[in-house]
Amino acid sequence: MLAYSIRRIFEALIVMITVAALAFVLFRFVGDPVNQLVGQDATLAERNLIRQQLGLDDPMPVQFGRFLWKAAHFDFGMSYQVKQPVTAVFASRFPATFELALTAALFATLIGIPMGVYTGIHRDSWVSKVFLTISLIGISLPTFLIGILLIWVFSTLLGWLPSFGRGEVVDLGIWKTGFLTRDGWAHLVLPAITLGLFQLTLITRLVRSQMLEVLRADYIKFARARGLSDRAINFGHALKNTLIPVITVIGLQVGAIIAFALITEFVFQWPGMGLLFLQSVQNADIPVMSAYLFLVAFLFVAINFIVDLLYVWVDPRIRILGTST
Amino acid sequence: MTIVAPDKVAKIARPAGRLRRFIDSDMLHSFVRSPLVMFAALIAVILVGAAFLAPVLAPHDPYDLKSLNLMDGENPPRWIKGGDPRFWLGTDDQGRDIYSTILYGMRSSLLIAMAAVGFALLLGVSLGLVAGYRGGRIDTLIMRIADIQLTFPSILTALLVDGIARTALKGSQLGNSHYVILVVAIGLSFWVQYARTVRGVTLVERNKDYVQAARLIGLSSRKIMFNHVLPNVLSPVLVLATINLALAIITEATLSFLGVGLPSSEPSLGTMIQIGNRFLLSGSWWMVAFPGVTLAALVLAVNLVGDWLRDKLDPRLR
Repeated sequence: MLAYSIRRIFEALIVMITVAALAFVLFRFVGDPVNQLVGQDATLAERNLIRQQLGLDDPMPVQFGRFLWKAAHFDFGMSYQVKQPVTAVFASRFPATFELALTAALFATLIGIPMGVYTGIHRDSWVSKVFLTISLIGISLPTFLIGILLIWVFSTLLGWLPSFGRGEVVDLGIWKTGFLTRDGWAHLVLPAITLGLFQLTLITRLVRSQMLEVLRADYIKFARARGLSDRAINFGHALKNTLIPVITVIGLQVGAIIAFALITEFVFQWPGMGLLFLQSVQNADIPVMSAYLFLVAFLFVAINFIVDLLYVWVDPRIRILGTST
Repeated sequence: MTIVAPDKVAKIARPAGRLRRFIDSDMLHSFVRSPLVMFAALIAVILVGAAFLAPVLAPHDPYDLKSLNLMDGENPPRWIKGGDPRFWLGTDDQGRDIYSTILYGMRSSLLIAMAAVGFALLLGVSLGLVAGYRGGRIDTLIMRIADIQLTFPSILTALLVDGIARTALKGSQLGNSHYVILVVAIGLSFWVQYARTVRGVTLVERNKDYVQAARLIGLSSRKIMFNHVLPNVLSPVLVLATINLALAIITEATLSFLGVGLPSSEPSLGTMIQIGNRFLLSGSWWMVAFPGVTLAALVLAVNLVGDWLRDKLDPRLR
């Protein structure tokens, strides 16, 4: 276990350094950092002075080392676009993305698991068939189309829900939350459904197929023979044993939620980190881009690491390569 | 009377034999027996056909800026009051005919998706073959990279590659390189699956007698890999390519919709939906609805056919 963890941490470090190298190349060679800092009419001497002050004359490895050191201290420089430290910009955008992703994940899990159990148990009922057909469409349709469809129906035609922004937020010092106002919740509904729909269908289908498999097992037959209630069998015996793969998939889907949050944020003009990244691509705001690259890589490496460890912890039968048997 | 050499006879007889085999096979039987798949295949063929016949079928040319008239902008479909009989499905804000633009847009969406899948296939199959056949350190290196990339959702990879390439090339004039960037970005996000599949099959094939024999007669590794092993690993790869095509279409549309794919002056399903989305709140629903429905139908049809192919041809992938 320890050897495995150390090897995984080592791998994670390699990934992070690769991403850092990419971000560094982007930062250093794409667009001259000096040009972004000085005005059009700065003289060559002034430019050279700034170049020296920033250390852009140093050898490349030294510059890369300094870049790594700064990144490790969450210093990604100033955003070209808004002229603020990148870290501060991200900190102000993070709560929006976090609240959206959390709501979407809860929506997907809390509805997906019961739906999966239901369609697994009553697999021939028409409700299951209707739901599975709809979920096939849900999986096939691109996220942004679902978002547009929801906006069209619930905002344009019916006028029930707002279609863009976070609405009224409450400032808790470092965290602006939309959870505390009615308006904030109203703004959250459509984006959260859009973002969570894919995961919802995925979880439902996974739980369903696992349930179908588990319900055929001998111990379920024995449980029935012992005269246990359906409820105890379905939830106590069957569902419990389907949860290991479900936990893994939910863990890995956290990454997918981050990726799709970007699309959802664009459709609903949700002021989160994904929208920030898209804007930075359009404006060639390289410090913001490289910081986002770092952040995403870090999140993915961390999530995968945790999921891998969880997997081994939940199911000790999984034998790890590299440890003696 | 002409005498036909025996090997020629075999060559002539073979296609007929194949056709016969195809007609007798389970595949055609199951195809005819599943109406949903037949319907999906029909839709797919119609849409793809319409896309590639766009210059013939489209009444207007959306690339021809001279023919556009801003006065024709935002016309509703022709069966609605205020619609213009010249424009069946209405026009967008620039006065482009929606029907024609969908045809041309679908063509560029499909071309990009096919090129991207082709690129991913080329890259993934070569790397997978090399990794599986050579083994050792090069195998470890390639598969490690693949493992790491697999943890990122493909759309995020495509978006990051696209964003970086776009920023890096900003200085030079982009021009046609929009298409190239998109193809490379989407292709790079898909290659892993091909590499893993091919490597797995190659590991099995490598130890078979025919490879040993080829090695014995002194063929080079490259010849063995590409002439002998490759034909035997292709069938799962082609199934994967069909399924990936739908995903590539979605990715292209998503990137273009997000404003980092094609510029909005180039017709594609994604850019059309992006433009239409801006006018949705003002009630011009046709600008987004028709391209949206086309995209959904195309993706669903290709997906259904792909799933069916997978179930029939390669049960391992299920």
